[in-house]
Amino acid sequence: MADTHAHSVAFARKTQIPPSPPPASETGVIKWLRQNLFATPANSALTLVAIWAIYSILAGTVPWLLNGVWSTASLSECRDALQGEVGACFSVLSERWNQLLYGFKYPSDQYWRPNLAFLLLFFAAAPVLFFDLPRKLLIFTGLYPFIAFWLIWGGSILVPIVALLGFVAGFVVFDRYGKQSFATGFFGAIVAAFVIWTLGGIVIPDTASENAMLSQVPSRDLGGFMLNLMLGVTCVSLSLPLGIVLALGRQSDMPLIKGICVIFIEFIRGVPLITLLFVASVMLAYFFPPDSTVDLFLRVVIMITMFSSAYIAEVIRGGLAALPRGQYEAADSLGLDYPQAMRLIILPQALKISIPGIVNVAVGLFKDTTLVSVISMFDLVGMIRGPILASTEWNGVYWELFSFAAMLFFIVCYGISKYSQWLERRLATDHR
Amino acid sequence: MKKSVFFGALAGAALAGGVAGAATLDDVKARGKMNCGVSTGLVGFAAPDANGNWEGFDVALCRAVASAVLGDANAVEFVPLTTKTRFTALSSGEVDMLSRNTTWTFSRDTDLKTDFTGINYYDGQGFMAPKELGVTSAKDLDGATVCIQTGTTTELNLADFFRANNISYEPVPIETNAEAQQQYLAGACDVYTTDASGLAATRATFEDPTAHVILPEIISKEPLGPLVRHGDNEWGDIVRWTLNALIAAEELGITSANVGELGSAAGDNPEINRLLGTEGNLGEMIGLDADWAKRAIAAVGNYGEIFEKNIGENTPIGLARGLNAQWTNGGLIYAPPFR
Repeated sequence: MADTHAHSVAFARKTQIPPSPPPASETGVIKWLRQNLFATPANSALTLVAIWAIYSILAGTVPWLLNGVWSTASLSECRDALQGEVGACFSVLSERWNQLLYGFKYPSDQYWRPNLAFLLLFFAAAPVLFFDLPRKLLIFTGLYPFIAFWLIWGGSILVPIVALLGFVAGFVVFDRYGKQSFATGFFGAIVAAFVIWTLGGIVIPDTASENAMLSQVPSRDLGGFMLNLMLGVTCVSLSLPLGIVLALGRQSDMPLIKGICVIFIEFIRGVPLITLLFVASVMLAYFFPPDSTVDLFLRVVIMITMFSSAYIAEVIRGGLAALPRGQYEAADSLGLDYPQAMRLIILPQALKISIPGIVNVAVGLFKDTTLVSVISMFDLVGMIRGPILASTEWNGVYWELFSFAAMLFFIVCYGISKYSQWLERRLATDHR
Repeated sequence: MKKSVFFGALAGAALAGGVAGAATLDDVKARGKMNCGVSTGLVGFAAPDANGNWEGFDVALCRAVASAVLGDANAVEFVPLTTKTRFTALSSGEVDMLSRNTTWTFSRDTDLKTDFTGINYYDGQGFMAPKELGVTSAKDLDGATVCIQTGTTTELNLADFFRANNISYEPVPIETNAEAQQQYLAGACDVYTTDASGLAATRATFEDPTAHVILPEIISKEPLGPLVRHGDNEWGDIVRWTLNALIAAEELGITSANVGELGSAAGDNPEINRLLGTEGNLGEMIGLDADWAKRAIAAVGNYGEIFEKNIGENTPIGLARGLNAQWTNGGLIYAPPFR
């Protein structure tokens, strides 16, 4: 058969035809374009519109960015330098750089202090944010608020030391008596701290701050992006524990505690932040005598912290509600008491569920710190809207300044967001 | 932060205290610094420069008062205040005086419990429109959209003006002058209205100032001046007569350059002698020493010098003296006699 076949057929190929390349429309860039950009007529139309939109945005902004002028002393000089061409006047950023970052009153020879505090912030935050790091680093985190306070505000070093001693005394008392009775330990700790602070207030002479190693900087002189960062970091770190307490309090069986928590949360959530800030800056000034008011920075921190802790409480309550009832029962059946159950079983799970919500509140809070500009505090936006735009040199520069502000905020908020995604992946213990 | 403040806050101890003491002069002297409320930023009137030093027409008055009282033009703590926080800051005692382009009105003087101590700038509300709109009078503005700052007297004047002329308008509320500029240039409103001085300052920053006209109508009286709290007349007198001293100095030809010479010994003009303390005891009558006015003039110059330096025709703002010329030159600026 084979022979016959061989004779009857004129030609038989002995080898396989080498594979020809796929048609041009099915490979590489063209395939990708066809599949992703021009799959259907509607798709093609949208692609073209999108390309046009991107082109027009870039055509508008790129020359503006690249032509930017960085070294003139005023807007009119800027315009002269550009000679009618399109271009940004970034000189305002270079000339007012320090004002944008530190405000216009922070003594310029002391800029290293907030810089150092900022640098140390990373070391202090690292063990909290990345719990693979050795736990001993947390000691530095605990000391950081006092170091940062001393660096930024200056004055007598005795003030942060006495404040720290108060907290230490409170902790010691709580550690000693808290095991027998929580209430004794808790209130004993508060009393101990107050005793130390009052004694400290008497012992430290009033003139201690005048010849201190670091010159004293009043809160009114803080400003710029530094103020935003300070408010953001302080308020986020204070409102998280407060939010947890409020969330647990709202679930409590004790009517008084539950009532207080519910009223607090609902009241704060029902009032706009800007109202609270106005109360902090305007109304409280009436209640205190002029010479012994609570520091404006502290007032604002209290208000923003109260505001965001109410939101965080509700986010965490959502996490608590999402836990199956069996988890609570399991904790009970192990014989754990309430603090142990919460600490070991309920909260780790509830907080993990709440991470996206908490980050949402934190990002929102950080951006809300710009609201302090309406009560005459010169944060980044306040600096731009007030002094810089009101100077004869820079009146009329908007895009450059506000883009810069947007960029700074974006960097921080995007960083927070990326961290939270990492945290969620790191904590993922379920098998999806 | 003061230590007492810090612990007071930590302990939550809300110390009860009396209202702001009546004797502001003693408080200021004890403190060694005067707290002066200024604008958070208004071109030519109050703004910190690149080094953080406050400058401007309103700021100069604060410095003059500080020089008269404390002998140091830099012994001023400038407290920037928004339109919304300015009166509460004054009445709560946070600032000793307010020099913040504030219009003297009946209700502010009486109901708000403040005392205006004079007028340092006669302003009036005007309109600015793009030239291409072809408007020549504010009465042509029927149906126009108007950018207007909220919480100011300009807002109320605008409503009155349009109602009186029986024409309609659509307000575009904005918060700050900076925002208004941007909205106006972006075409969000046809017309921008604010004090004429502000309009001139704003127009000066435009890329092409000639493309915009300031309409001839001035629809309101805006006498701007410094103010103090009700109830401390001695302190009010000091602020009032410091301003008057600067005005009188211009009229009498005393400048920051020749004040030292004129004030060193009594000269021919008895009013100059009384003002500069080489004759009589005017300083003593307001609780200051004899050289108070000399110090104020030496520190900031006379009224005309302050005007020319900050907002006059040689500055980017380029305001003419107009109503703010001395009464001898056809203006309204007029100081009562020093006698």
